[in-house]
Amino acid sequence: MTNDLLFEFNVDKAAQTVTIKREFDAELSLVWDAFTKAEILDQWWAPAPYISKTRYMDFEVGGRRFYAMITPEGQERWSVQKYTSITPKTNFKIFNAFSDENENLQLPGSDWDLNFSEENGTTIVNISVYNESFERMESLLEGFKLGFTATLKQLETMLATMSKK
Amino acid sequence: MRRDIFQAIADPTRRAIITLIALQSMTPNAIADNFNITRQAVSKHIRILTECDLVKQEQQGREIYYSLEIEKMKEIDKWLAQFRKIWETRFNQLDKVLLTIKKNKK
Repeated sequence: MTNDLLFEFNVDKAAQTVTIKREFDAELSLVWDAFTKAEILDQWWAPAPYISKTRYMDFEVGGRRFYAMITPEGQERWSVQKYTSITPKTNFKIFNAFSDENENLQLPGSDWDLNFSEENGTTIVNISVYNESFERMESLLEGFKLGFTATLKQLETMLATMSKK
Repeated sequence: MRRDIFQAIADPTRRAIITLIALQSMTPNAIADNFNITRQAVSKHIRILTECDLVKQEQQGREIYYSLEIEKMKEIDKWLAQFRKIWETRFNQLDKVLLTIKKNKK
């Protein structure tokens, strides 16, 4: 897939931090909404063939999003994201942790810092994820041991079709 | 205690050691010559790398040579690549969603 949009993924093992930088061909307010509104988040948050299902989301400081990633077999993997800081259309921070279906947290979790900026109609999102333990990151991957290749192929075809229009 | 492989490569000196012995196997003294820290400190780093199977040792005559366990390094790469892929997939999906919203607005 040819994609001119910037994508950087770096792992700083010393700082136990993953930083992700991505450019989007859309104005900031739209990208901000995509990250902060449940109905839009659920459309892209789960890497296909997983499905993201938000049970509820209060996007305010002290509020939380309680959601599940659902496998194609129907298995649910619940998580809680607590909003610890919000600066509208600029930045928000969350504390993210796995949980059971009753919102009981499975610690340790991770601290996320998301920054948004716009330049000439292009929005840049900078995310840093601090993990207390890398073992936690490994367990995160456990849930994603699926053949992504098939999915990506599917996506490529779809995007190629769309860009032809 | 089993060492965390990521903790092992978290240290810049240990990463430098990995880079050195990736090219050729080396004795502890030869490795230490590349650093401005004590030989004991270098030995400690090598021990940590050995404990998590990133580095293997081989006796050649009176000297011990250290070399890199390429397969173990590949494991790390593979693991990170998977993690990267999740975000890549996620964002490609977001591109599509943003495009749809933009179209609907018009």
